[in-house]
Amino acid sequence: MSRDTSQEAVLERASLRASVLDAIAANKHLKGSLLPILHDIQNSLGHIPSEHVVDIAEALNLSRAEVHGVISFYHSFTTSPHGKTVVEVCRAESCQAKGGRLVEAAVKAKLGVDFKQTTDDGEFTLEDVYCLGNCACSPSIRVGADIYGRVTPESALQLIDTLKTADAS
Amino acid sequence: MSLKVYVPQDSSAISVGANAVAEAIAAGNTDIEIVRNGTRGLFWLEPMVEVETDQGRVAYGPVSPSDVESLINQGILDGDQSHSLSLGLTEEIPFLKNQQRLTFKRLGIADPLSIEDYVAQDGFKGLARALTMTGQECVDEVKTSGLRGRGGAAFPTGIKWQTVLGAEGEQKYIVCNADEGDSGTFADRLQMEGDPYALIEGMTIAGIAVGANKGYIYLREEYPHAHAMLNQAIELAVETNYLGDNVLGSEHSFDLEVRLGAKSYICGEETALLESLEGKRGVVRAKPPLPALEGLFGKPTVVNNVLSLSTIPVIFADGAEHYAGFGMGRSLGTMPFQLAGNLKQTGLVELAFGVTLDALLNEYGGGSASDRPLRAVQVGGPLGTYLPESQWQTMMDYEELASFGAVLGHGGIVAFDDTVDMAEQARFSMEFCAEESCGKCTPCRVGAVRGVEVIDKVRSNTDHQENIVLLSSLCNTMESGSLCAMGGMTPFPVKSAMQHFGEDFGISSSKSNEQAS
Ligand SMILES: Cc1cc2nc3c(=O)[nH]c(=O)nc-3n(C[C@H](O)[C@H](O)[C@H](O)COP(=O)(O)O)c2cc1C
Ligand code: SF4
Ligand code: FES
Repeated sequence: MSRDTSQEAVLERASLRASVLDAIAANKHLKGSLLPILHDIQNSLGHIPSEHVVDIAEALNLSRAEVHGVISFYHSFTTSPHGKTVVEVCRAESCQAKGGRLVEAAVKAKLGVDFKQTTDDGEFTLEDVYCLGNCACSPSIRVGADIYGRVTPESALQLIDTLKTADAS
Repeated sequence: MSLKVYVPQDSSAISVGANAVAEAIAAGNTDIEIVRNGTRGLFWLEPMVEVETDQGRVAYGPVSPSDVESLINQGILDGDQSHSLSLGLTEEIPFLKNQQRLTFKRLGIADPLSIEDYVAQDGFKGLARALTMTGQECVDEVKTSGLRGRGGAAFPTGIKWQTVLGAEGEQKYIVCNADEGDSGTFADRLQMEGDPYALIEGMTIAGIAVGANKGYIYLREEYPHAHAMLNQAIELAVETNYLGDNVLGSEHSFDLEVRLGAKSYICGEETALLESLEGKRGVVRAKPPLPALEGLFGKPTVVNNVLSLSTIPVIFADGAEHYAGFGMGRSLGTMPFQLAGNLKQTGLVELAFGVTLDALLNEYGGGSASDRPLRAVQVGGPLGTYLPESQWQTMMDYEELASFGAVLGHGGIVAFDDTVDMAEQARFSMEFCAEESCGKCTPCRVGAVRGVEVIDKVRSNTDHQENIVLLSSLCNTMESGSLCAMGGMTPFPVKSAMQHFGEDFGISSSKSNEQAS
């Protein structure tokens, strides 16, 4: 893989690296700091850039393979960027019992993607999630810090439209 | 003093519009005080608004923002109860009135972050008492209470604490398992969002008991609201010296930190959780050594569930004998059951052990939400057995359920109506195990993937008989050859589905009993 050496690409890499170094500096003093560091990077960048894993590894005295091993173990961490909005649909039992499978199907059809995929326009990433602790108001969807309960296929589609408009404005 | 109106800030209440309701009420009424309390746990009525009156709090629900105008016009601020959404006095709603709330005695009553309100409701009373006791006396108190771990395995909490108390070492840890991965469960979340100081108090008492000065709460990433609440509560508790150096002027210090999980079900298993807290892959450790002796960073560690730890304050405040006075047999005290899935009345039901499943489903739960017959009930999370109607008279008690291979787990109860396809449910159980296996042992890692394939063949009627037999033997291999309950118990829902709902697998019911055994 040849590296893009255009000025933009160089700047982009520098800014990604700055975020990675910030996350390391903010958490390195903690015992068992790797997960807090990865969370911070995932939150600020939407993914954990593979080429900066080396910085994390060096800071924590780990091998790159070890850090990669941790990243790949957890569903929360990804090495490729996700869409602007991440929609998590609960697939677990209580939601199933209340028609969650219909919600899953409706959202997939609307976005034209399967779980763990991003729409072509980069707007949405669809994720599966196994319970949001919202089971007494199933079916449930999460978008960032917001949880939506008693979702129907119709209300799920409306929600996506609202998110689209909110994003466009 | 202005009139108090309560609108919950619980994330489930918010998920169905509580914030918008609070805003709508606030918009037209500047002379009232809106308290954002925790939820009462009556979720089918959320958003549930309560108005303070001379007789007590009067409830209305489920309220949508568009109902607010008519409620106000009808005079709910003056205590009018004639509106169609009126539920009468909150405390008289049968679902709530007929509970025995000990762990959750404070749930939904006040602003969860108000230390003043917490103290007014017996908060920190247990801590004050523990500070006058020796570590051994504290551990004895927990033993006397009969408390067993509420995370699933039901191990006696006092005995676990005794091991940590007796362990050599300067540094010991209290770790709270707030991973609450089981689908159909939400009591940990209610505890942390609705009464966070009880967890803080319970962990501090645990620290005093075993000699630990540092605690971690390992919280699942899926609970952003609980995360914010815990961090605020910890900060306020430190400011008021209920946490930190020399708690309440005593010789005991206790620091508390929240760490986030990263969407991994297996990290709820205590040794995988410890690995994760150390910054590693959440791979299950072989036992021994016990975490109590070599736990977090190799130090003696108490790992307890949120509910186990949050029950400690009431045990210390009211006395272990009082707590042990509830329940039956070896299941003492109360259990926070969580009614979920296709039920009319979903929510939190805390009761002494011994209530029947049928009472929970039909009396508390009000039967199915869809008005179709209920068909199958999964008790105890995704690794729990599916129970057919013939088993609903079972008393909810660890031993009663275990007597036929079922589990109570974390107390989650998910009801399905007759539209459920139990072969599809069985497939999901295997799929979930394949997705969440830590990968350490072959029967779990490979078995679950094979399980999905075999169930697909059964469902598509490919070499049906062979694959039914294969599925049974695969289940047996997973059960006997897995290191932890992930692989070891995934067969529970699968086998129970085959055994009791054989028709969904294309097997006759008399045969399905043999096949699944
Ligand atoms: C696959 C698996 C998942 C588990 N998930 C949780 C969980 O989410 N929360 C929890 O408290 N215990 C969970 N447990 C149980 C813990 O391993 C452990 O028994 C518990 O944290 C001990 O606390 P307790 O004695 O207070 O229940 C899980 C166990 C297994 C095998
Ligand atoms: S049973 Fe599964 S989850 Fe448990 S240790 Fe083995 S591979 Fe890991
Ligand atoms: S099962 Fe979907 S929120 Fe719990």
